[in-house]
Amino acid sequence: MTGEYFTTGEYAGTDAEVVVADVAVIGAGPAGIAAAASAAERGLRVALLDRGLESGGQIWRHINGVAIPRVAQQWLARLDKSGAQILRRTSVVDVSVDVAGFEILAESSGRALHIRVTNIILATGAREMFIPFDGWTLPGVMGIGGAQALLKSGGSFAGKRVVIAGSGPLMLPVAAALAESGARLVLVAEQAKRSAVARFAAGLWRTPSTLMQAARYRARFMSSSYSTGTWVTAAHGSDRLESVTVTNGRRTWRETADVLCTGYGLIPNVELARLIGCETRDGAVVVDDDQRTTIANVQAVGEVTGIGGAPLSLIEGEIAGLTVGSRLSVPLPLLRRRATFEAAARRMFDVFAPRAELRALPTPTTIVCRCEDVTYGVVQDAVCARQAKLHTRAGMGPCQGRTCMPGLEFLLAWHSDTVRPPIEPALVSILSSEVAKNAPSSFLSNSCVGDVYQ
Amino acid sequence: MGQRGAESEVEIVVDGQRQRVAPGITVAAALFNLGISALRRSVSGESRGPVCGMGVCFECRVTIDSRPHQRACMVAVVDGMHIHTASDS
Repeated sequence: MTGEYFTTGEYAGTDAEVVVADVAVIGAGPAGIAAAASAAERGLRVALLDRGLESGGQIWRHINGVAIPRVAQQWLARLDKSGAQILRRTSVVDVSVDVAGFEILAESSGRALHIRVTNIILATGAREMFIPFDGWTLPGVMGIGGAQALLKSGGSFAGKRVVIAGSGPLMLPVAAALAESGARLVLVAEQAKRSAVARFAAGLWRTPSTLMQAARYRARFMSSSYSTGTWVTAAHGSDRLESVTVTNGRRTWRETADVLCTGYGLIPNVELARLIGCETRDGAVVVDDDQRTTIANVQAVGEVTGIGGAPLSLIEGEIAGLTVGSRLSVPLPLLRRRATFEAAARRMFDVFAPRAELRALPTPTTIVCRCEDVTYGVVQDAVCARQAKLHTRAGMGPCQGRTCMPGLEFLLAWHSDTVRPPIEPALVSILSSEVAKNAPSSFLSNSCVGDVYQ
Repeated sequence: MGQRGAESEVEIVVDGQRQRVAPGITVAAALFNLGISALRRSVSGESRGPVCGMGVCFECRVTIDSRPHQRACMVAVVDGMHIHTASDS
């Protein structure tokens, strides 16, 4: 126990609100927006929940609608007109099931919200995968997507020396955006081999719009160095980042930097799906042609079903919106477009898989769990994530292992752990609203509330 | 989604200092622009700053208007807001 978590008594909001709808869509990125709009247009009562300040998710993150692509503006306008109820700044804490359907417990701006629905569409998106290395906890070291989010929410990188090192297609748009915002992009280092990246680029002809976009991104940071087969092994600085050590396996050198953006691709946010009981495979939710999961009346769309990008997410969202609560057949062109983008996504995984050398990145003194400051030397001997949690507190802090566990699974070949509610840190007043209600099938009775809340 | 882009700056108080920042941006962005890199102290006393930018990692926690452990990346600046970070000496 660290004495550092969430205190009670800050909020008066114990009088819980109740929302009743046909469908709850969880997550307002492209997939969730398309699902919510399509379902609401059919006359269904739709509640769209999102923890962010604005709809759009990460890829369409914006402030007051400024600087988002046309397709995003069109979908947001369509969502506005669709009649879906949008619940922003709302995090799901727990989901329970009974004969009438689902009851979702959420925290909405500090208040408890109970959402009763017959159908759920999970559009919980993805997060970045991190591999820990010495110095990665220094201020100034952030995710690649994290830097993009900071930029899109008003952060200025002008004049800052930036190194981007990691893997995956996300590096290109972020490099382009940072360069255009005035950052001094020192190096963009892709850990995948040149031959693999070339193979990926060659495969993009199947989705020409993606190929064109990749070329346009590269053109926008042409003056910066882009290296394949190159990765960062350590970050240095006393109280904030000052430099990084870079290697290509043959040569090792230092670069001074104010900001290091790192990340090894995206991983689906499957926690809520697992809590509900949906089957997952290779870290993604298993769905059928109608985006239905293995749990009745629960569908999943977008990155949570496997990383595929915004165009695929929109298609999957539309399909779920058309099929939720019905047996309507999906228009053939939509199915064909989904198949095309899915094939492209599968190739991406092989190309950008982290190389074996990255398993040697953390040293015994490298902090792996940033919430509890647990080092690699301490967790290394655990046989599984569960044992590490129980014995070392790794993964037991407020992020619930979302930041360290995917990296540890890669480093130590662990398997994914089970999920228990509350799946997001929540105020005790929110939880007590659930306990007081005493829902018959509540998962909460099994959970050790004291672990997360004090 | 209003047309609020032209609004003037807002005034916030960061670690006791009055600061003028752009409206509508997140607290994390405001602190980044002010050059404040250490937002919280870890359990072993290390300085920490924003990592994921999307509410997942909890590294950017600060005290906002006396409420501790608020994620700076999930809150927009508001005129008169008081923010307390680990950079306060």
